[in-house]
Amino acid sequence: MMQYLAQQCRIEVLDILHEKGTGHWGGAASAAELLITLYFHIMDVRPDDPEWPDRDRLVLSKGHASCMLYAVLAHRGYFPVQELHTFRDLDSRLQGHPCMKATPGVEMSTGALGHGMSVTLGMALAARLSKRSFSSYVLMGDGDLNEGQTWEGVMAAAKFRPERFAALVDYNKVQLDGPSDAIMPMDPLADKFKAFNWNVAPTVYDGHSVSAILDSYEWIRAQADWPVAVIYKTHKGRGVSFMEDNYQWHGAPVNDDAYAKARPELLRGLKVLEERL
Amino acid sequence: MRDAFGQALLDLADAIPELVVLDADVASSTKTRLFWEAHPDRFLNVGVAEANMVDIAAGMATCGLRPVVSTFALFFALKCTDQIRNVVCYNTLPVVFAAGYAGLSDSYDGASHQSVADLAIVRAMPNMYVVVPADAVEAGQALEAALRRDGPTFIRLCRNPTPVLFANTEPLASGEPFAFGKARKLRDGIDLTIAVCGVPTAMALEAADQLAAMGVSVDLVEVATLKPLDVDALVASVAKTGKMLTVEEHTMHGGLYGAVAEALARHRPAPMDCVAIEDTFAESGPYDALMAKYGISVENITRKAAALAGRESVRPR
Repeated sequence: MMQYLAQQCRIEVLDILHEKGTGHWGGAASAAELLITLYFHIMDVRPDDPEWPDRDRLVLSKGHASCMLYAVLAHRGYFPVQELHTFRDLDSRLQGHPCMKATPGVEMSTGALGHGMSVTLGMALAARLSKRSFSSYVLMGDGDLNEGQTWEGVMAAAKFRPERFAALVDYNKVQLDGPSDAIMPMDPLADKFKAFNWNVAPTVYDGHSVSAILDSYEWIRAQADWPVAVIYKTHKGRGVSFMEDNYQWHGAPVNDDAYAKARPELLRGLKVLEERL
Repeated sequence: MRDAFGQALLDLADAIPELVVLDADVASSTKTRLFWEAHPDRFLNVGVAEANMVDIAAGMATCGLRPVVSTFALFFALKCTDQIRNVVCYNTLPVVFAAGYAGLSDSYDGASHQSVADLAIVRAMPNMYVVVPADAVEAGQALEAALRRDGPTFIRLCRNPTPVLFANTEPLASGEPFAFGKARKLRDGIDLTIAVCGVPTAMALEAADQLAAMGVSVDLVEVATLKPLDVDALVASVAKTGKMLTVEEHTMHGGLYGAVAEALARHRPAPMDCVAIEDTFAESGPYDALMAKYGISVENITRKAAALAGRESVRPR
């Protein structure tokens, strides 16, 4: 069901990006299953009480995937799904990049990369200081990992070791200007986290398989050694053959021609999932 | 001033249980070490990573804590601008910036450590309150007010001992000991207004006495809060005197001079001049001598004020 819902969100996001002529397809499509699984299974949240103090926190550090976050939040019940069609409009609650002041369910305004690790660490430390037991997740992308501040946060997290703090890497290895290996190689990524004294999941999970993401969650839940990092192999632009792993679809507008070719592919994917339900 | 601020943090620890303090490996210098030793569970030393510190504090603030982040003013303004703007101010988070070693007060360390453009930078951030206390008493009052504010506050602090000007009991006209956006009238006069913030306030008081002896009567306004600015007090004063001299330990671009000029240009245009650091880098040296060399002195205030009041033919330099 979550697998199906993720694909459905992908289609809605493509529709909206086409309708608006603006927004980031590649990174949004990459994060669909991760966001769906977080909000529909992993995280303890109350959409009817978004400020509930004990809610689990997610910071979408790769804020350009905002449209997918909004789609997931809408389906989770934070606001009407129809409101997705106001994305990036004047007076909309759905800003170009996530804004915590504007959108129910958004825990932190992001967009400029490199903030998520530090901010989420602050939330996890606040849980400890306030004697609360919520979990704090940061979802990061390749560009985030390029930012120096991310590694300041990684260092500090390993010093303070707050409980229930997890960094999730949407590792599609494609950035705005090209493949990460050409722009800024991050491998060996797991070794980097390990060298900073993090507890790193021994497996790289398939970030497009809900069952694999659930497996990763079981691994996280079994840990006592914090912080933890989990790397998910993903594909930028996932679900559309000519957009997958193609940096040109990082933030290019979805024009009529691309839309006409892409949407049927996503629908075919949805149909396959439907048949499995 | 730093000792008083460190003590003020400690004094507020029990009254404000949400208070946490973060420092970036300068706690011994900024005196947050006092808090660290008394409340180790509510103190984080994040190492030399100021940007990370500000964002950690922001994350804590979203969860109901009241973080005070402490480092040198220069590092906040220059290394944390993105964090201050995009995370703290954009989200109106209650983070207090204890901006130490400001102005020329890190005098011997030289231009690399002197913070003379910080006010211009933080004043440009929506939702930020910007306070420049004139003495240790006001610094403590500003801290307490900032910790009770639902939004970010930048408190600019001097490294060095400074004269105590305000007894703890001396209230504003409103009767409050301190309030954001409320200036203090320190002298009543009719020939010109001097608006001053921070450490040079003591100099402005002395200059006002010298000017009085020369027959120039000064309306002296201490503007602790650059943002929000007490526009009413400034306009009322200039309506009376017709002239404005600003005095500050900051570049002439974007600090108090800029703030007052923006307000008067809109509400009550008047001839103005400033005592401020020119558009230049300073150097190493003893604090008082450095201030004097770069134009922050009783003599320079008196000279420029007299010239602005038309009582002296000598043009200020």
